[in-house]
Amino acid sequence: MVTWTDFERATIQDIFSKIDYDVVGSAALSRCLIVYPWTQRYFGSFGNLYNAAAISSNPRVAAHGRVVLGGLEKALQNMDDIKQAFADLSVLHSEKLQVDPDNFKLLADCLTIVVASQLGKSFTPEVHAAFAKFLAVVVAALRKQYH
Amino acid sequence: MSLTEKDKAAVKALWAKIAKSADAVGADALSRMLLVYPQTKTYFSHWPEMKTGGESVKKHGKKVMGGVALAVSKIDNLTAGLLELSELHAFQLRVDPANFKLLAHCIQVVIANMFPNEFTPEAHVALDKFLGNVALGLSEKYR
Repeated sequence: MVTWTDFERATIQDIFSKIDYDVVGSAALSRCLIVYPWTQRYFGSFGNLYNAAAISSNPRVAAHGRVVLGGLEKALQNMDDIKQAFADLSVLHSEKLQVDPDNFKLLADCLTIVVASQLGKSFTPEVHAAFAKFLAVVVAALRKQYH
Repeated sequence: MSLTEKDKAAVKALWAKIAKSADAVGADALSRMLLVYPQTKTYFSHWPEMKTGGESVKKHGKKVMGGVALAVSKIDNLTAGLLELSELHAFQLRVDPANFKLLAHCIQVVIANMFPNEFTPEAHVALDKFLGNVALGLSEKYR
């Protein structure tokens, strides 16, 4: 059972109210595909991922980044039982998409870096820690149904 | 995942832009590591205090970034260039090498936070590779 302090709840809500989902989703997924190129294995149908410029301007990457942020928003709305809320998503990633769950951490790290670049001074160490905890819980929930 | 000439150029270019803020980057990165990955605090039980932005963190952050600066200057042969530091970490400090990744991530978060325009995806991948290779250099003498 994950317990959230008032500070953590407020902080995570605040982060999501400040970020542009399209910008952050697209930037985070692009970075993941650029910095960890082996993650491109899951996006064979996305067309041109040939170099950083192509990835950053690929409309399918941008669209999928938005889908990922939608998933995070679902976690935000179900913070007290993310594991349950993500049960179906976990099954999807495990059985249909067959994503190696180690990749979730890579995307989470890219999300943290993009949010850090967006929020400037307000992304204090304490805010960073709250966000990192949220992403760790999301990642654990996505891993939960793998067998 | 060894460094290409393009990677080395990107790392040196990024370092040139952030070098004068290196101490601040180091202190901030260490503060974040201690907060976000509390298990890392176990290596600093001898510190009088562990406050974000406190003296211990500032002093140690400066030391760590001195090491990164050294690594940038020895980028063409990190194993040789980091030999002494590797011996220090292997025989005296005995930091579990898994932790190098955690600090590397925090350094990158701070650089993204302080230099969002300079920390492009291309700079990010080069720095990530570089810090990975620094970690390898530091672990060289472990066993």
